[in-house]
Amino acid sequence: MEGCFVVHLFSIWDREWHIVPRKDANAALLSNFEVFQLLTDLKQQRKESGKSKQSSGQQNLNTIMYETLKYISKTPCRYQSPETVREFLIAMKGHKLTKAEKLQLLNHRPVTAVEIQLMVEESEERLTEEQIESLLQTVASILPGDPEEQQRDSAMETEGRGSQ
Amino acid sequence: MFVLVEMTDTVRIPPWQFERKLNESIAEELNKKLANKVVYNVGLCICLYDITKLEDSYIFPGDGASHTKVHFRYVVFHPFLDEILVGEIKSCSQDGVHVSIGFFDDIVIPPESLQQPAKFDEAEQVWVWEYETEEGAHDLYMDIGEEIRFRVVDETFVDTSPTGPSSAEASTSNATEEVQKKEAPYTLVGSISEPVLTGTGEETAKDWS
Repeated sequence: MEGCFVVHLFSIWDREWHIVPRKDANAALLSNFEVFQLLTDLKQQRKESGKSKQSSGQQNLNTIMYETLKYISKTPCRYQSPETVREFLIAMKGHKLTKAEKLQLLNHRPVTAVEIQLMVEESEERLTEEQIESLLQTVASILPGDPEEQQRDSAMETEGRGSQ
Repeated sequence: MFVLVEMTDTVRIPPWQFERKLNESIAEELNKKLANKVVYNVGLCICLYDITKLEDSYIFPGDGASHTKVHFRYVVFHPFLDEILVGEIKSCSQDGVHVSIGFFDDIVIPPESLQQPAKFDEAEQVWVWEYETEEGAHDLYMDIGEEIRFRVVDETFVDTSPTGPSSAEASTSNATEEVQKKEAPYTLVGSISEPVLTGTGEETAKDWS
């Protein structure tokens, strides 16, 4: 909807800028993957629309986008897709983890039991060893990791079997 | 690490931008105002997520620009308490290890939260963790550029808006000390005093378990 202009005869209000932060901060958590997608789309859009008209004003946005993208690209989320994230969350339903814990598992893709203990609060009481193992299995199978590493691991496995 | 925050603001569009689509102008203005800036008690703003509601635009007497009240959602960097983050060691000093995550630099791990026992090596200006095993003590140097995994234990917001004229008298006496201490508006305090919280994943679990 294009803005429609109305001439007002009152004086200019105080320009006060009002922040309404969400009280339930947890409801608005974003995964690294979502931010990664958003920033790559934005970067694509800006590239397509040509040189930004007011480059001086856009410098802050450029800086933060570049740095954030650089950081997020080094995390496991660069191999993720909306389908894998959805699959992951469905698989996590049975494990009774809080939103924050699932988010950390999604962002970090832990491969060892010690990492799970770090991210899940009171994991010794809430999860048995088998549950931790099954969690690790789910994470490793659903969330894609570094494809080079995975090739190396599977190559080592076949070597091991061969030598036996 | 990132949250979506709902905000409202009145955006001013100058007349020479009236030919552009309103949504684009507003998005650009909001990003110009907020991107890469810390909002008090909210966090470090990254970029606009979407515009949820646009109210009517008004033009006021004396100013040819349009003013539009906008409801929007912004992506903000605001890690929750006890979240695990991975960063890079930027420097070490007496007050601890300074870590950076590229887009955010004000993370400090104070000496109490380092793996104990830890000591500060004055010569090389690095913190060292003296790790004891059966074979003897190993020294883990926290070198610059090393990746470090830490837990967020505290955050501090400082209001850095300019102070009013009451500080004018104080400033005349401090005329010689021109440089005022620049306080970071948003700082995080981290901790690594837990198993596996040094270095990244694989080697740590194998070597120091």
